[in-house]
Amino acid sequence: MAQIKSLEELRRLRERVERDITTRRDTGTTIIVGMGTCGIASGARETMRAILEELRTRDMDVNVTTVGCIGMCNKEPLVDIEQAGKPRVSYGNITPDMAPRLIEEHLVNGQVVEEWVVGRLQEDE
Amino acid sequence: MRELSHHVLDLLENALAAGATLVTLRIEEDTQRDLLAIEVQDDGRGMDADMQKRAVDPFFTTRTTRHVGLGLPLLKAAAERCEGGLVLDSAVGKGTRVRAWFAWEHIDRAPLGDMIGTLLGALLTSRSDWEMVFEHRVDGDTFGLDTRELREALGDVPLSHPAVRQWLEEYLQQGYAELYAKQRA
Repeated sequence: MAQIKSLEELRRLRERVERDITTRRDTGTTIIVGMGTCGIASGARETMRAILEELRTRDMDVNVTTVGCIGMCNKEPLVDIEQAGKPRVSYGNITPDMAPRLIEEHLVNGQVVEEWVVGRLQEDE
Repeated sequence: MRELSHHVLDLLENALAAGATLVTLRIEEDTQRDLLAIEVQDDGRGMDADMQKRAVDPFFTTRTTRHVGLGLPLLKAAAERCEGGLVLDSAVGKGTRVRAWFAWEHIDRAPLGDMIGTLLGALLTSRSDWEMVFEHRVDGDTFGLDTRELREALGDVPLSHPAVRQWLEEYLQQGYAELYAKQRA
């Protein structure tokens, strides 16, 4: 029988991850999904789930967060990838089926998927 | 919006955009009373009477990035198509409560859909200075969570930490599987 999820389990998990948290803040990767009304209506939630699924399959330690409307509603779902020391890259019209290639090329191979890029932001901007 | 859970996520995002620090989400399915109700209450900045009136107007939005907001009017229209309705209570500086209800059995009622994705979408928000109390009742059985309890157990580890996120996803899957298993039993 599957183990019942409990807060006790979460406390143990905390002890395990607390040690590596400082390093992740400095060197980690964050994927940001726009989740305003426009994003939700264009399928941003489904895109987020596809990204989570792909990260899980590949067992990759990447932060995923959601934000409200970013202001390029016609290009939703918008997905930004932020990596320490690199410009933040915004991708537009990212549907769930595009998640595997995005993760494979950008995160695994370190290659920006130029044809999907809608913007770039330098780290200090 | 194809699923009611898309509207739920939209309501949660509205609450966050209003600067809420405590958001309560209640979903109630009562097949005896042929009712499905969704309620989101927040302690955000709230709206005055005029703004409330305009909030259900499809051409109103507080957003400055775009000039058409469709979230609440869409939900209201969806509810009214299903022998339901939408009420909006709000007070400036106090917060906002939105309740939408549907006839559960109505042929035009969209499915609730992916509630796990909706909850993850809200829980993974970049804002960490807020709490959510969630309760989903299906005919007397309840599943829910309270982020204050989660944060208490987690200390400084954020909800969006990859390991925590995975735990949350499994927790929600398990909770929902049990909630609906009771219905089928």
